[in-house]
Amino acid sequence: MRQSNDRSTGRWVRVSLAGVIGLALATTVLTTSAGAASTPGVTSTSINIGATVPLTGPAAPGYDEIAPAMNAVFDWVNAHGGVDGRKINYNYLDDGYNPANTATLTRKLVLQDNIFADVGSLGTPTQAAVQSFLNTQKVPQLFIESGCDCWSNPKFPESFGWQPPYTVEGKILGAYIKSHFAGEKVGYLSQGDEFGQDFVKGLDEEIPSASVVSRQTYDASTLAGPLSNQVAALKAAGAQVVAMATIPAATALAMLPAAAIGYQPQYVISNVGADAPTVGPLLSSFTLAGKGTAAQAKATAGLLNGVITDSYFAPESDVSNPWVQVEKKLLAKYAPSLYAKAGLDGNTQYGIALAYTFVQALQAAGKNLTRAGLLAAIEKSGKNFVTPGFVPLSYSSSVHFGFQGAEVIKLSTTAPPAVTPTGSWIGATPVTGVEVTNVGSGPVKEYTGKTSTPPKKLVSTS
Amino acid sequence: MTLRLPRQPMIRNLLLALCGAGILYFVTSLLSPYNDYLVGEIALYLIALAGLSLLTGVTGQISLGHGAFMAVGAYTVALLMTHTQLNFIVELLAAIGAAAVLGLLIGVPATRLKGPYLAGMTLLVALALPPIADRWTTTFGGDQGLTTTVPNAPGTINPEEWLAWIQIIGALITLVLLANLLRSRFGRSFRAVRDDEISASLAGIHVARTKVMAFVISAACAGLAGAFLGLSTGVVNTGEFPLTLSIQLLAAMVLGGTGSLMGMWWGAILLVYLPQWSTSLSSHFNLGSGASAYLATIVFGAVLIVVMLIAPTGMQGGLRWGWRWGVSFISGRLRQNLSSANSTP
Repeated sequence: MRQSNDRSTGRWVRVSLAGVIGLALATTVLTTSAGAASTPGVTSTSINIGATVPLTGPAAPGYDEIAPAMNAVFDWVNAHGGVDGRKINYNYLDDGYNPANTATLTRKLVLQDNIFADVGSLGTPTQAAVQSFLNTQKVPQLFIESGCDCWSNPKFPESFGWQPPYTVEGKILGAYIKSHFAGEKVGYLSQGDEFGQDFVKGLDEEIPSASVVSRQTYDASTLAGPLSNQVAALKAAGAQVVAMATIPAATALAMLPAAAIGYQPQYVISNVGADAPTVGPLLSSFTLAGKGTAAQAKATAGLLNGVITDSYFAPESDVSNPWVQVEKKLLAKYAPSLYAKAGLDGNTQYGIALAYTFVQALQAAGKNLTRAGLLAAIEKSGKNFVTPGFVPLSYSSSVHFGFQGAEVIKLSTTAPPAVTPTGSWIGATPVTGVEVTNVGSGPVKEYTGKTSTPPKKLVSTS
Repeated sequence: MTLRLPRQPMIRNLLLALCGAGILYFVTSLLSPYNDYLVGEIALYLIALAGLSLLTGVTGQISLGHGAFMAVGAYTVALLMTHTQLNFIVELLAAIGAAAVLGLLIGVPATRLKGPYLAGMTLLVALALPPIADRWTTTFGGDQGLTTTVPNAPGTINPEEWLAWIQIIGALITLVLLANLLRSRFGRSFRAVRDDEISASLAGIHVARTKVMAFVISAACAGLAGAFLGLSTGVVNTGEFPLTLSIQLLAAMVLGGTGSLMGMWWGAILLVYLPQWSTSLSSHFNLGSGASAYLATIVFGAVLIVVMLIAPTGMQGGLRWGWRWGVSFISGRLRQNLSSANSTP
């Protein structure tokens, strides 16, 4: 009996000691947050912003280029005196596309690092996880890198989208299918999440349901091999046009088995999964991984010929476009290693355009910089911001979507190719003018306004 | 020998829990809101790890799929919060119950499997369950997920501290219950099944029933942890429960000490704080954001390897060994001095 008492006593002492040591350890790495400035994250010489993006994990390839490209723009701004004398510090953290990590990291950025705003964070599930927190804390959740309809919501006034919502994209491509492939059978292949669902919602707004003969889906998290079943089903249903809401890997994993069974429909693909410098290398590497020959891998580039997609700013292959030229210069000068690795592709263009939008928002908000002032500036002046986009941004007090228009383009060997460090990839030519619409049931209309050119200051100093 | 705790496990453990609650109250009131949030996360992972430790360490059944039980608990709480106005405690109990039911469904066929086959089956569950939520997006909220709401904090306590408290209380209750269970007849059955199933069966222990009980209890713990995770994140969607979660839980359990309960504090602390430490380490050395992201994974792997080399029974086992060595060293010296003092003429 005494023995068990000794043991329990020893354990009791041991446990409390372990607890105290553990707490001491934990306390030594804990820092208390600094006293908040009058506007968090803003001093007379700096602006601290943050973001959570996937730098590791399955969502990282491609998307991990966006934040460094944004940083190139901020480096350019800082090299030329900053905005109103304040340098921009961009602290982007890796959430691995896991919303639980996003929740922790966003709280770190807001509660501990006192960021002024969350700018350019990526992903629908990830940003949906912190939308309520950021709005409660009154931290701007700006230019979310996702096409979800949910970013323009009066319940969440701090949240702003930027890229065209997937529904808008679906409507524009759907209208093109309706007018140019009237009477043909249409099949869908979409990702089984909000990206695919919103895109299909847009397609269905335009394409008569009688024309849709097959609706296939795939799950992004378990994407491991060719989507042969879905492709076979589309062929069996006789779909002559296949509208796809796919990430680049899935685009490749659909086109390859289709080619293998001799199925050559007209592909109409969301711009998310139709960037030639991104999809081209995947077509080739997947062929090699599937025991194809080098010649076969090289030939897969031809699969992209004739693909219809959309673009809301001038693509990298349009080398005469002044925006493309200035983007290349900026990236090469301020992010040379990124430029050497990826060149100017869809992702880096996206990052540069988004960052430049934020810089103009800061300029519009003025020297007396506050969070509320920044939001008001975007709502008031966003429409007048100069961006590479074909259409102006749509921001207003009631709309928190950015671009709501694009032009339909065709990947074609007749267009000048897109040249990147990874090779020369098929370029694109526009097949329609610029079209605009909204996420609701409004029609798809031609845009008759102007498209901006890069301001002289940007061209001369980059 | 002056400290004399009551001999009954329940009272003893309750006293320890009260002690722990006191220390933690002191700590959380000192910490900033962000660190309170992290302490709450440590508490919730502790609950999942304690259950996993019981299943894998004490009963010897490998589970590579504990993330699935957490997902069930999280989605249950989120669904109830979205569609009903039930009391918060009732919703937590429902989450525990739902996960326990899944534990039963997995546990029964699992009694026929051992080792890698059992691991494979649990891995399958972890992979197969989340996509179900993606399939029926109207019910489960799809990518945007379902929102959860933490009950309002009383008075002027800030919300992070309040949530951390809910999670800490849950963790302490779980620890007390599991500690008592392990001390009881059931605990002895668990260990017997782990050590030698045939002898256990000869001794009159119903092996299959014991294994199922272990699965159900550990699933229930993971369900509660998942519900708390849903509260921490504010939104429940399938992105929060990838395969890596189940693997990380296993690694953290091994780090803390397979089979121990108190060792799970170490596992949970490492799970939550290692990414933070590696981020501050990499910003200290001015590595780029890309490198710092990979650094977290590398550091976790390195810590796992180092701990396994130095203390194969996990950190708790290592500390225990260190304590015993220290005590025996000191008492040996004391004895030496006493005997030399006595023998001096």
